[in-house]
Amino acid sequence: MLELKQVGKSVGGTVHIHPTDLAFEAGCFNVLLGTTLAGKTTLMQLMAGLEKPTIGNVHFNGADVTGLPVQKRNVSMVYQQFINYPNFSVYDNIASPLRVARLPDSEVKRRVGEMAELMKISAMLDRRPSELSGGQQQRTAMARAMVKDSDLILLDEPLANLDFKLREELRDELPKIFAERNCIVVYATTEPTEALLFGGKTAALHEGRVADFGPTSEIYRRPASLTSAKVFSEPPINIARVVKKDGRIFLNDEIHWQADKALSDGEYTMGLRPHHVLPESAQKSDVAIKGTVKVAELSGSESMIHFDAFGEDWVSLSHGVHPFESGQEATLYADVSTCFYFDGAGKLVAGGPVSEEG
Amino acid sequence: MARISLSSLKHSYLPNPSNDADWALKELNLNWDDGGAYALLGPSGCGKTTLLNIISGLLNPSHGKVLFGDDDVTGLPPEQRHIAQVFQFPVVYDTMTVYDNLAFPLRNRGVDEKTVGERVSEIAAMTDLTEMLGKRASGLTADGKQKISLGRGLVRTDVNAILFDEPLTVIDPHLKFQLRSKLKEIHQRTANTMIYVTHDQTEALTFADRVVVMNVGEVVQIGTPEELFETPHHTFVGHFIGSPGMNVIPCKIDNGKAVLSGVSVKTSNKAATDVKQAEIGVRPEFISFAKKGLEVQVTKVSDAGRFNIVDAILAGNPIKLLVPEGSPIPSETAHIELKADRTRIYCDGRLAGLEGAA
Repeated sequence: MLELKQVGKSVGGTVHIHPTDLAFEAGCFNVLLGTTLAGKTTLMQLMAGLEKPTIGNVHFNGADVTGLPVQKRNVSMVYQQFINYPNFSVYDNIASPLRVARLPDSEVKRRVGEMAELMKISAMLDRRPSELSGGQQQRTAMARAMVKDSDLILLDEPLANLDFKLREELRDELPKIFAERNCIVVYATTEPTEALLFGGKTAALHEGRVADFGPTSEIYRRPASLTSAKVFSEPPINIARVVKKDGRIFLNDEIHWQADKALSDGEYTMGLRPHHVLPESAQKSDVAIKGTVKVAELSGSESMIHFDAFGEDWVSLSHGVHPFESGQEATLYADVSTCFYFDGAGKLVAGGPVSEEG
Repeated sequence: MARISLSSLKHSYLPNPSNDADWALKELNLNWDDGGAYALLGPSGCGKTTLLNIISGLLNPSHGKVLFGDDDVTGLPPEQRHIAQVFQFPVVYDTMTVYDNLAFPLRNRGVDEKTVGERVSEIAAMTDLTEMLGKRASGLTADGKQKISLGRGLVRTDVNAILFDEPLTVIDPHLKFQLRSKLKEIHQRTANTMIYVTHDQTEALTFADRVVVMNVGEVVQIGTPEELFETPHHTFVGHFIGSPGMNVIPCKIDNGKAVLSGVSVKTSNKAATDVKQAEIGVRPEFISFAKKGLEVQVTKVSDAGRFNIVDAILAGNPIKLLVPEGSPIPSETAHIELKADRTRIYCDGRLAGLEGAA
């Protein structure tokens, strides 16, 4: 188990990582989700021992490894840029960590062959990295990171520089590749969908703080805070200020609906994911929202309608083709039963599965 | 602005091309209407950048003509074509203010300062740069700088077209979302002819009225996003567009009709009667679980938030289904139904029965 205990990092008076507690178990796929500059890379470097924390301790399997340099830990890392030895063949690239560890040639051969098979680059072993496609180069880098039975494998946006379709393919394969290993995998990404598809556990990161941590689908369906909900929504979650009084939620004087019993009177911020705001009403309880269309993006299978309602930028995401003209007045229908409600401090107080239980 | 026509265009980087593989761009004819939004979509190395460079004049085609309106511009250098280009990496003059950056293409052409002022403020408003006009460009973030590149592309009123070469690749995902819809909005307001090159299907499909899908130097289909999604003319288009892409399942053909493990499958088209082997193409969106029908083994369920991606085995072939959030998913053995009007037969990768297939 890898544990961060109140680990923080400051550089020249600027806080990069606020004191953080996190625990990752062996055999588990963990995702660090957040935008660029959220602190994902710094947090990984602290885990690897590439950076020393300003405060706090890092424990591995119960032992304090805080000051231990990366060379003395059994860690591998894969970066966004494909990093390979340009003058080595693909075989020698993958074999390099095993040769450093002075494994016998027969064992090196066996392991490289196995890893190449897994990463689907067996046919490329004699080539140089420059003769490979981007996807194959990154597979080589990943094979090298995984060949040596590391206790901890850190992947920092490894698919970000790949073509869309290659990304899709590797995203599908990665969890299978790690499934049989008893190591800790930590994977950093800016994309909520990627986190969801990997499953495992997700830490939602924002401005150097962990806003949420837990099983991925729970974090998505029940974000602990407004920050977590924002980090975990693509397209961005629709936000509005609302007031609860007289048993109803008021978005403004015209738009209001039956309130959740669990919610006490007062002001809240509501969050509603774009796929719960649709061009056609799906059920009676839907609330009509009038707005001015800014632009409609039609992908052929889905429609993303950006509109301005009560001074907020909202987005509707629906199946099918729903054309709208820019500047057009439109009515969209919100499934308010899926709303999240956050208090003044941004903490989730109702909505999602929470209200169903209550 | 002008209509752009490509007539019998093809290109090889070799002096004496002899076989198919020697052509970076295979013969192509197309017309782009004045004021349209077009995308060139395809994987790395498909020839889309070659085509873009031929249109902008950076590359002279081995065969064929490029026409702007009725004028043959094939031999004209880039500066005489009046084309604005926005590249992957923002090109800005760091030491100049945002205002001077936007004014640059106009001042270069001797436009009077009054007109420059009017035009710059109009474009700044469109690209959300109004408040930055007095600032030095060097202080802006990556997306801010890309907005300047975009603004400079838009500022001239005498351009024939604006070409975008992967303009959002270096932009953070959440900002990419904003810039993408901004670009679409700008196109609708200005009615400039815009040509957008990308490997990212989401960008291509949401931006363009018509998308040119390319693979290994060949245009495989030109169509609206809806046509490409609903009726792929080639299994490549079915796979490349859509996420996950279209399922392609080998099948037998009996008297023009598809047969899978001895069971006849309803499709919207027929194969020629002399065909014995073909493939069934059906998107994950158009397969659903049913009480009876084709038998599948469910192997994996991935939570993608709005929907689940189900992996299953159908007649020995891996397939994927999309199931809406909250719908029940059977485990192990189950039955599926393919939407007949969205299920098609492909012979040698091409849609069977297609008239004048390209």
